[in-house]
Amino acid sequence: MAGWTADEMMTVAAARQLRDGIACFVGIGLPSTAANLARATHAPNLVLIYESGCLGAKPDRLPLSIGDGVLADTADAVVSVPEVFNYWLQPGRIDVGFLGAAQLDRYGNINTTVVGGDYDAPKVRLPGAGGAPEIAASCGEVVVIVRQDLRTFTERVDFVTSVGYGSGPGDRERLGLRGGGPRVVITDLGVLEPDPVTCELTLTRLHPGVTREQARAATGWDLAVAEGLTTGEPPTARELAVLRALEATKSDGRRP
Amino acid sequence: MAKLVSLADGVAHLVRDGDVVALEGFTHLIPFAAGHEIIRQGRQDLTLVRMTPDVIYDQLIGAGCARRLVFSWGGNPGVGSLHRFRDAVQHSWPRPLELEEHSHAGMANRYVAGASGLPFAVLRGYTGTDLPRHTANIRPITCPFTGETLTAVPALRPDVTVVHAQRADRDGNVQMWGITGVQKEAVLAAHRSLVTVEEIVDELEPVPGQVILPGWAITAVAEVPGGAHPSYAHGYSVRDNDFYRSWDAVSRHRDTFRAWLDQHVHQAGAAA
Repeated sequence: MAGWTADEMMTVAAARQLRDGIACFVGIGLPSTAANLARATHAPNLVLIYESGCLGAKPDRLPLSIGDGVLADTADAVVSVPEVFNYWLQPGRIDVGFLGAAQLDRYGNINTTVVGGDYDAPKVRLPGAGGAPEIAASCGEVVVIVRQDLRTFTERVDFVTSVGYGSGPGDRERLGLRGGGPRVVITDLGVLEPDPVTCELTLTRLHPGVTREQARAATGWDLAVAEGLTTGEPPTARELAVLRALEATKSDGRRP
Repeated sequence: MAKLVSLADGVAHLVRDGDVVALEGFTHLIPFAAGHEIIRQGRQDLTLVRMTPDVIYDQLIGAGCARRLVFSWGGNPGVGSLHRFRDAVQHSWPRPLELEEHSHAGMANRYVAGASGLPFAVLRGYTGTDLPRHTANIRPITCPFTGETLTAVPALRPDVTVVHAQRADRDGNVQMWGITGVQKEAVLAAHRSLVTVEEIVDELEPVPGQVILPGWAITAVAEVPGGAHPSYAHGYSVRDNDFYRSWDAVSRHRDTFRAWLDQHVHQAGAAA
């Protein structure tokens, strides 16, 4: 038995992707947990930007929503929602966009809109786009954090909510998307990165205890495996302690 | 000059059947009490506009007030899906719900255009996504100066916008602070506006980061302490995250939802 869960490993691996001092556009849920873990460990100067208009938020506990009071109380600036999208995201001022997904395809395109059926009569209606399409388009790069299974990792997404590499090399340039697109996908099994030539998501790292067969079996396309496939470092005692302390704050949105 | 009214009178005079209605507030300052009053007064065939139709629109949709929803993200923040919204889209219960779906950047810019008296807004957005295929109100536009292709979305001009704020003075000047979202733009874009406030005071003490909406730009103000619950009013209350979590079970089934609505909206109104 490892002393950590697959979700904890995923969150730790995602946090490690965030370099100190960069500006990161953070969605709620797993991205927010990972970004706050990074800020509490190796990246104390990570600038957290929430779409509610909180720039440079420094929460001491995990917010349940993107607009919890702790984000406004601790932010460098609180701006309007039109301003966060028009002045901060759109011109490319934000280094990393940190997104989740309900479905993800081999080119890193993301669906958070509808699954199954057609758009007007979907099998499952999901929340929709929120800030994600423009985050995926305009941030310097995108980090995706998502659990890996056959329902999520599909050959084609049922709806393109946010563009990764479209249908392959050159698509982002043709569409005029100015950000770099998905640089890395962190899952509960390992790490996928786009192939530099084909843009196809390729398994480059496994979490400790996971096999390449497990990762391929959890992927709805013929998942390519990098020649230099490595196994990542397990969570350190400090990473785990900080993560668990953060998770424990989530049950209480109130002031301490 | 804004009129000071009761919540019931404000909704009765400003929100009409068939209206395009925007209740704004981005997680913070959501006008829940006004939404409940709209349900109690039995408004029908509304086009509901809101960037994040979270629990408040789940309640209005489940109560059967809405014909159409214009939105960019419909979930229970940090919790999961909106079950009444899903039931309406997937099973037309209690009635079919037409959708007009955007991104946050698109919706925010649509309010800015409405507030600015412009017919449309321009942004870098939606490109390459499937949204323009299903939303006719997203069109490409060529920049007349550079030739670059950008995206245009039409202005939002709600018949009425409803927001909640911390304070107003007796002339109806409104003061809000903390996360102020898109409320200023939504109020200025609308033909009529109703602002509910935590309290009406003699003088508005300045607060860092405040947004002031002058009384002459607002139709009516109603004093409704706690009117944002389970959302919150910075400086007055905190977000009731437990309520948002509990809403998942309450809203999952039609009968538990109806029982909740009866007890907490209809009967609460009768008691007031």
